[in-house]
Amino acid sequence: MFLGRAALRSSTRALHTVTLFPGDGIGPQISESVKNIFAAAEVPIQWEERQVYPILEPNGKTRIPEDAVESIFKNKIGLKGPMRTAIGKGHVSLNLTIRRTFGLYANVRPAKSVPGVITPYSAEGVDCVIMRENTEGEYSGIEHTVVPGVVQSVKLITREASRNVAEYAFQYAKDHGRKNIVALHKANIMKMSDGMFLEQCREVAAKYPEISYKEMYLDSACLKIVSDPSKFDVMVMPNLYGDIFSDLTAGLIGGLGLAPSGNMGKDGIAIYEAVHGTADDLVEQNKGNPTALLMSALMMLRHMGLKTHADKIEGAVLETLKERKFVTGDIGGTATNPEYAAEICRKIKG
Amino acid sequence: MLRHITKPALSVGRAAVSTAAAPRTKYGGKTTVTLIPGDGVGPELAESVTTIFKEMAVPVEFEMIDLNREQLKDEGAFDYAIKSLKRNGVGLKGVINRSADFRHHNVEFRGNLDVYANVVRCMSFEGIKTHHTGIDLIAIRENTEGEYSCLEHESVPGVVESLKIITREKSMRIAKFAFDYAREHNRKKVTCIHKANIMKQSDGLFKACCKEVSEDYPMIKYEEQIVDNTCQQLVINPQQFDVMVMPNLYGNLVSNLAAGLVGGAGVVPSKSYGENIAVFEPGARHTWMEMKGMYVANPSAMVLSGAFMLKHLQLHEAGDVLIKAVKRVINRGEVRSRDLGGSCTTREMTRAFLAELDAIHSE
Repeated sequence: MFLGRAALRSSTRALHTVTLFPGDGIGPQISESVKNIFAAAEVPIQWEERQVYPILEPNGKTRIPEDAVESIFKNKIGLKGPMRTAIGKGHVSLNLTIRRTFGLYANVRPAKSVPGVITPYSAEGVDCVIMRENTEGEYSGIEHTVVPGVVQSVKLITREASRNVAEYAFQYAKDHGRKNIVALHKANIMKMSDGMFLEQCREVAAKYPEISYKEMYLDSACLKIVSDPSKFDVMVMPNLYGDIFSDLTAGLIGGLGLAPSGNMGKDGIAIYEAVHGTADDLVEQNKGNPTALLMSALMMLRHMGLKTHADKIEGAVLETLKERKFVTGDIGGTATNPEYAAEICRKIKG
Repeated sequence: MLRHITKPALSVGRAAVSTAAAPRTKYGGKTTVTLIPGDGVGPELAESVTTIFKEMAVPVEFEMIDLNREQLKDEGAFDYAIKSLKRNGVGLKGVINRSADFRHHNVEFRGNLDVYANVVRCMSFEGIKTHHTGIDLIAIRENTEGEYSCLEHESVPGVVESLKIITREKSMRIAKFAFDYAREHNRKKVTCIHKANIMKQSDGLFKACCKEVSEDYPMIKYEEQIVDNTCQQLVINPQQFDVMVMPNLYGNLVSNLAAGLVGGAGVVPSKSYGENIAVFEPGARHTWMEMKGMYVANPSAMVLSGAFMLKHLQLHEAGDVLIKAVKRVINRGEVRSRDLGGSCTTREMTRAFLAELDAIHSE
């Protein structure tokens, strides 16, 4: 089973081709900023832009356009901006469709305190990573109305999917020098489903004796992390808990506008994305914050082995945020998206 | 699962449940309430309450029922506890640790007694150093269905299905409870917490019921919010929340999160209501098994729960003075248990509360 190690590229290829889905709303604008910043840092990447929108087939299934799918299967690496889910009957969430199409089984959401963005938690510092199972659980989408007024929603947990995310989590921890993994669960209530998830985590943990493994009730984790987030390192959990908890950790560092995210798929596919919304009200004045998309792009660079470029860009971003002279409205500044990006480019070029 | 729908639906317009106590039979002027200390540090916390009540000479008699792991091996013990609560109508409890078999005692408890509304008020304490101040929110959680239906099976080897059940009847009931509670306590806003963008039918039903009920309460502002955004908002700007109503699991997470924001499991009490029953217990339900017998747990949450129980029994003076005493001790910050950054024992906290009660009486 694919373990998500850095997809090493042939050294004879000068340029890496990466698929870019700009998305909706502020998506195209912040993608533009990312492209400009990468150009300033002379990152050896060429972008292959594609549009992703849901196509509702007559049989009720949703799929994404063929050229988008082909591009990802060819390039393996993608960057995605925020997307709107079409409202209307039968439309499954676009994000869900993308996950299913590429078998994106593990969602990685690091949350690290950002200098210059002061939150009540900046003092003790947050530096944790959420590993969220990304294909099943409560998001199976299987619901029925049993009799009028009684709805049943099915949460599916499989041994295989639990195993996949556990394997990825431990390998990631090993690759990134992280020492502790905690599995978050509600196996006191959901004994069989979360129980199965934990069983897989325990089996994988046995193969990594150098990494400390613990289990914690999800509600205890919520209680403890808001008291002292510095005690949390890598956490692995099923889908719904991961969704909720990663938004919680994003909040600890300043919100979704700063939080990066990566999705690991089969056969070396890795798609990085901004998890915030399309912020349509900011489009006219081009005031969206590209930081989340940019941080996700840096995760992508590191995955591709381009650490030096990633570090250079990150340094410029963190310095810009720290100075607070050219930062966007969501973190208390007045700069537009291009002004913020231009400042970062200036710092990169030195 | 279908047992829930055989109950008659509530008529709109009548309060879902009156949080005022129905008159209780008193023997010799005393009210009998069930006390279930539970596991872990539960017995130590219960001792705190019984000590204080004795000193205060409140007209309450405890029917103590031990329900730890050993006791639970006897099927009859649990059933007896249920009978006792049904008879007395009021209870004070700790958390029962799950037994080795597949019975979920805490969940069965609530289901059997139909204690459907769990209310946790999280209010900032001046004397506790936390990341946020000025919080005063009330988390109202539907406590009998949702993800806690405990219906799981392994359909094929390696694939487990777990059912979440949402019914119109229970959703309407908790929504009505939440709005009535908000009105009774002069609260301005009720927010429905859900994940209907993903769980369109189940959380969609819950959300629709809340919206429907909100229309009967035009004086109260109604909002909806997706649970992941709620968790984010709680750590960025928790002061925006007033009353929150939600299904079982989200209620569990949000009330724990909010408890963590105001000082932790040691200081947050809760009240749970059914048609003819009220149960009082700490808001964040953790047994803390590792510390069993060491008397390091903070009894504030349990004592405050006891105080709310006194108020429920219409013993307002006693209840109010006890709440005042506990708050003063916490805010003064001199006597602090481990969770509050100090090193006092459970008994030292209890003695501090008693001393404060004396001080208040001499004022």
